Amino acid sequence: MASSGSDVPGREPSGAVPTGPVPTGPVPTAVKIVVAGGFGTGKSTLIRAVSEMDALDTDEVMTDVSLGVDDLSGVEGKTTTTVALDFGRITIGGDLVLYLFGAPGQERFRFMWDELARGALGVVILADTRRLNGCFPAIDYCERGRLPFVVAVNAFEGAARYDPAEVREAIGVGAATPVVVCDARRRASAKDVLTALVETALLPSDA
Amino acid sequence: MTGPGMHEPHGPGPEPLDGDPLVRPYVITTGRGSLDTVRLDMISIIVSTRAEIDETTLEPEQVEIIALCRDAKSVAEVAAHLHIPVGVVKVLLRDLIGRGYALARAPITESPVGRDVLQAVIHGIQRL
Repeated sequence: MASSGSDVPGREPSGAVPTGPVPTGPVPTAVKIVVAGGFGTGKSTLIRAVSEMDALDTDEVMTDVSLGVDDLSGVEGKTTTTVALDFGRITIGGDLVLYLFGAPGQERFRFMWDELARGALGVVILADTRRLNGCFPAIDYCERGRLPFVVAVNAFEGAARYDPAEVREAIGVGAATPVVVCDARRRASAKDVLTALVETALLPSDA
Repeated sequence: MTGPGMHEPHGPGPEPLDGDPLVRPYVITTGRGSLDTVRLDMISIIVSTRAEIDETTLEPEQVEIIALCRDAKSVAEVAAHLHIPVGVVKVLLRDLIGRGYALARAPITESPVGRDVLQAVIHGIQRL
């Protein structure tokens, strides 16, 4: 369907990256924060609590983002596998916009984290005290990649309340990593979690 | 009346504002033979650049993308609005960018992210 396009005049030799015309409206630059955690820990809830738009989701085709990932060899033909990614947006100003991406928590989607984490300011790891081990994969990933992260214990109704210090001990993260209790449904609480994360990212990273 | 020959999508533009850490240069492809050089992230910001288009040379989804991106949108937002996987959207976008219908602005992916950016983000979150 595409036209040939081979005769378009005025092209620069390939390799050059010319500056284009400025569009009429402002074009912001984007940054992102990843929201991770085990299944059902409230990732989508937290994103919805702060997003300025209805949280959207998109299907990522597994084989597209998994190119080069060794342990998927053998399933190259499985092109229909998709995983829903949900995300929200916060406009920081005219020239900066923050996206929040929910990272699928299941182990089999680990291959996606590299794209999600690339360039991220940091990671919010949501924890459910009834299933604390659900957040271990995300903690391991952040520690290996030296990504700033906070652990946010989502205070589910009906779950026993834990002191953040107890949770810190149970999951074995260092003192430099904030462990906070939140209610992912409440905007003020979600804002506190995000602020704690970005403040952590501002600290010198030699912990 | 604006057509590909009259509207020069790759003409000289304003100088990039290197002094401002929040401003990134626009990323634009240099021709259809080098489309693979356009790196699109899920949060690359896309904006349409032309008011008039020739729909006969475009896929229907590309016409939708051009309309959607009159206001800047991330690649992920385009994918979600059109219910198309991100990988497919990137292919459609690379073609649009190569033909001068759209621009992509690269996200901030430096590591670690600059302090000015982080402080701006904190202020933005607190204003919510």
